[in-house]
Amino acid sequence: MKEVDARGLSCPEPLMLTAEALKGASGPVKILVTEPHQKMNVEKYAKDHGRKSTAGEKDGYFEVVIE
Amino acid sequence: MNLSDSKKKLALAGVICGLVAACLAFLGNPANMAFCIACFIRDTAGALGMHQAEVVQYARPEIIGLVLGAFIISVGTKEYRSTGGSSPMIRFVLGMIIVIGSLVFLGCPLRMIIRMSAGDLNAWVALIGFILGVATGVFALKKGFSLGRAHAVNKSGGTMLPVMMAGILILALASSVLKASEAGPGSMHAPLIASLIGGLVFGAVAQKSRMCFAGSIRDVILMKNFDLFSVIAGLFVVMLVFNLATGRFVVGFDTPGIIAHSNHLWNILGMYTVGFAATLAGGCPLRQLILAGQGSSDSAVTVMGMFVGAALCHTLGLAASGTAMNAETQEIVAGAVPPHGKVACIVCIIVCFVIAFTNKRDEAK
Repeated sequence: MKEVDARGLSCPEPLMLTAEALKGASGPVKILVTEPHQKMNVEKYAKDHGRKSTAGEKDGYFEVVIE
Repeated sequence: MNLSDSKKKLALAGVICGLVAACLAFLGNPANMAFCIACFIRDTAGALGMHQAEVVQYARPEIIGLVLGAFIISVGTKEYRSTGGSSPMIRFVLGMIIVIGSLVFLGCPLRMIIRMSAGDLNAWVALIGFILGVATGVFALKKGFSLGRAHAVNKSGGTMLPVMMAGILILALASSVLKASEAGPGSMHAPLIASLIGGLVFGAVAQKSRMCFAGSIRDVILMKNFDLFSVIAGLFVVMLVFNLATGRFVVGFDTPGIIAHSNHLWNILGMYTVGFAATLAGGCPLRQLILAGQGSSDSAVTVMGMFVGAALCHTLGLAASGTAMNAETQEIVAGAVPPHGKVACIVCIIVCFVIAFTNKRDEAK
């Protein structure tokens, strides 16, 4: 699974990296972010682009998997 | 509680913050300043003796409230994260640049919107510069600009700015050590308790809605996303209604008494500087205070840069003057940007370009 590690990056970098990863991916993409609002932004971006996503909290960061 | 998952909620957040700003203007804050982050940081820096401009010295409880409001709500909703280490000195410089640009224009992006809602055409001119500045920042982001990763730091690290703000509040309440203007904009303020409550509410709502004036334009340019723009629209509409209802809506360029000038080029370049630097720093002055409140030491460093920048503006004579009425002759004296301010603004733009194109994401891993 393609993974994007956007932990600790400032806005809008996590979303830019997510958009870039989704463009070139045929399968699911895993996005790692630090801030709760960044997790929400990634989930919303996936929803706005017709993709399903599931999110979970890990040790100090969030993992969002976009199907 | 989530205020950022729909345009309606975001617009509501803008309406709430607009009501807070309108109430504070009604209760005594300077005319169309109402709730200006750059001006209020400048006033607070003056109260601390960081500059000696006697007309702009007052520990603004709004600034204290913003940081504490964001801190309390983020702790309460488990969004507090103590982080730091993402190019702190570059962020410090960007903080200085943001305030220098703001004081060349005479207002932060929030005040630009408030001035626009009061019919000040200079603010509409400045909006051109702000959009171009944000667009330049977006161009740099697309070329790979990054200030690198922030990392988790000791939990107490993120509490430093909220604690310092609480300290200023205690000094304001329990001592006479802070300076306070007896004339000029610094002497015009709402009652302390109203300003503090207004700041707390504004800070909490801004934290939950991710309100950011640079971010809203950035998202439109970068992603065609109008979510954050809804906040600005809500705030603008409330302030417009307030100004119309209270007779404060005056369309014009050279309006005396509203702390603005009509140097169009410098209004544009001032806000260009702010838009560019704020996009590189990851948020407008308001957003920096909110992020600092929710634990970001990087944003706290940016806020410190804003305090130092504000102090420099008045110790080195960089800040513009507003158009005013001469009390004796009844003639309008046009506001202007001093030569040092113009040079500083150009230097700030050059520094922004250097920062924007020498800090790449690949190098930041």
